[in-house]
Amino acid sequence: MNGATSAVVEMRGLSTLIGDRYVHRDLDLRVMAGQIVGLIGGSGSGKTTLLRQILGLLRPAAGSVNLFGEDLAVAHPVAQRAMLRRLGMLFQGGALFSALPVFDNIAFPLRELKCLDDDWIRRLVHLKLAMVELEPGHGKLMPAELSGGMVKRVALARALALEPELLLLDEPTAGLDPDRSRSFADLLRELQRELGLTVIMVTHDLDTLARLATHVAVLAEQRIVEFGPLADVMAGDHPLVAAFRGGGQTKVL
Amino acid sequence: MSPSPRLQVESGRVVLSGEWTLAALVPQLREVEAQLAGGRLAGLPWDLSSVSRLDSAAAVLLWRTWNESWPRDLVVSEMHRRALERAATMAPAATVAASPTSGPVVRLGYLVLALLDNLRALIILYGQMLLDLGHLVLHPSEIPWREIAANIYKAGAMALPVTALVGFLIGVTISYLSALQLRNFGADVFIVNILGISIIRELGPVLVAVLVAGRSGSAMTAQIGVMRVTEEIDALSAMGVSRSIRVVLPKLLALTAVMPLLVLWASAIALLGGMVSALLQLGIPFAYFVENLQRAVPVANLVIGLGKGLVFGFIIAWVACHFGLRVKPNTESLSANTTTSVVTAITLVILVDAVFAIMTRNMGIPQL
Ligand SMILES: Nc1ncnc2c1ncn2[C@@H]1O[C@H](COP(=O)(O)OP(=O)(O)OP(=O)(O)O)[C@@H](O)[C@H]1O
Ligand SMILES: [Mg+2]
Repeated sequence: MNGATSAVVEMRGLSTLIGDRYVHRDLDLRVMAGQIVGLIGGSGSGKTTLLRQILGLLRPAAGSVNLFGEDLAVAHPVAQRAMLRRLGMLFQGGALFSALPVFDNIAFPLRELKCLDDDWIRRLVHLKLAMVELEPGHGKLMPAELSGGMVKRVALARALALEPELLLLDEPTAGLDPDRSRSFADLLRELQRELGLTVIMVTHDLDTLARLATHVAVLAEQRIVEFGPLADVMAGDHPLVAAFRGGGQTKVL
Repeated sequence: MSPSPRLQVESGRVVLSGEWTLAALVPQLREVEAQLAGGRLAGLPWDLSSVSRLDSAAAVLLWRTWNESWPRDLVVSEMHRRALERAATMAPAATVAASPTSGPVVRLGYLVLALLDNLRALIILYGQMLLDLGHLVLHPSEIPWREIAANIYKAGAMALPVTALVGFLIGVTISYLSALQLRNFGADVFIVNILGISIIRELGPVLVAVLVAGRSGSAMTAQIGVMRVTEEIDALSAMGVSRSIRVVLPKLLALTAVMPLLVLWASAIALLGGMVSALLQLGIPFAYFVENLQRAVPVANLVIGLGKGLVFGFIIAWVACHFGLRVKPNTESLSANTTTSVVTAITLVILVDAVFAIMTRNMGIPQL
């Protein structure tokens, strides 16, 4: 499983139709195990929609999405759930359960396994909280009582709860201060080394991209126009990459 | 799929191998836990060098097995040691003290306090409404006509079919049941008195109030509640728009204005239903019914009925807005407040109806 030979996510000829508008048309992307892919593209270019396709929340109008080597759309519901347990998703807006305190939000997927005891769950939740630099005391807060950046961190902790093989992150560092962004990148790096995580993250943050990503995919004109190792893509002359580079530098300064 | 976690005791050493991850552990958790249980292994040397992956769930499991201290003799790769260290730095989680369950007296006390708190907030809302009305009289250009019109349409025009249907069926039922009794006494013609008084004075307003509380009251609470959840109310305030004038007042005014009309409509249809049933059961022609209705039911009853409609409409919107504004930004609070809003509105309506009955006991009763 750890070998860099198996594709974790593979999209072939994918088209997404929302209403009567194509968001993606004939899009190809192949993410191998162990890669950390930074997905960049303009606002509204369909990055979040692409992640929703991977989760099976949308159906392709054409083409296919393979997750862990299987087509999610045609898989048996039980197999589908098993596949989804192997990935963690951080939604752009956090998508925390507003009726549950932070602790229960993170414990929720663990409790769904129905075989871990309370002590184990409590330790794991506190461990995840510590990973995202929150204190055990924060577990009692309700999502509405969190700051914007804290929502992001709790959502990340929840995405990490099941020790997923594949992490989908929608703007994980938006709303985090530079220090936190950096330690977030370090944390993911470390997890990636230890567990061979595969990560697909949408980001507008050049710093995080440079620190973390092994590969970059550029989404424009409804498809992936560039995909390759970080250095190659960032050295390229695609107008979007150039704009990203320029914009990123002013942002970092 | 992945090589499953294995544990062997070889010549006094505990040797772990395979994949020690949550996903791999879950299918055979029982066996693994049984092997680890008992604390026999804690004192032995541990060899984790052939573990391929070790995630934090497994690290926590091992740390618990070791009674929260490092084994004397541990062979583990540097990478996996980090995972164990992370699990180790976690202070043993203090058991959360279960909040003491309060006795019945304390609970009653909280209930009374909550009641008083609600009452206070309701009165404040009422006062705010009076202030807003005063403000609008001085600044007529700020009257939110569009919102009022929209609310009249939603709470009034859209409610016509359902109130008509329910009114008609109730009219038919009451007329039918009364006719059975009246025929025994040969008092057929009194069906007009019974239907007229009961529907116009009592049933019409209460029936419509219950329907509107369920229909429009809940919608108002939910709408204001969601605006709280999504911070739209704050966005309005940030734009310098008064939330009470733009959100609360139109609902109050619209429902107060529209309820008497709905009562009139529902009562008329209920009487029609009663007439149809009277014609079929007792053979009383429409013309006779209508003519006698004027004699049997003094017009004061209609005034009382419409007056009730006015007051009930105000109560429903008032309670709905109050509970909408109390919604905390989470889904649980939203559903709880919507339920409370409808239940409170209906209870209050029936309470006020009883007060009406006492205050108007000398009005509109026909002298035969
Ligand atoms: N549920 C929906 N209904 C209709 N249109 C949608 C829906 N979701 C997304 N879209 C449209 O699809 C396009 C892509 O949206 P998406 O959320 O994927 O953008 P994005 O790349 O994530 O942008 P951002 O960086 O701003 O988050 C947008 O034009 C959006 O209007
Ligand atoms: Mg997005």
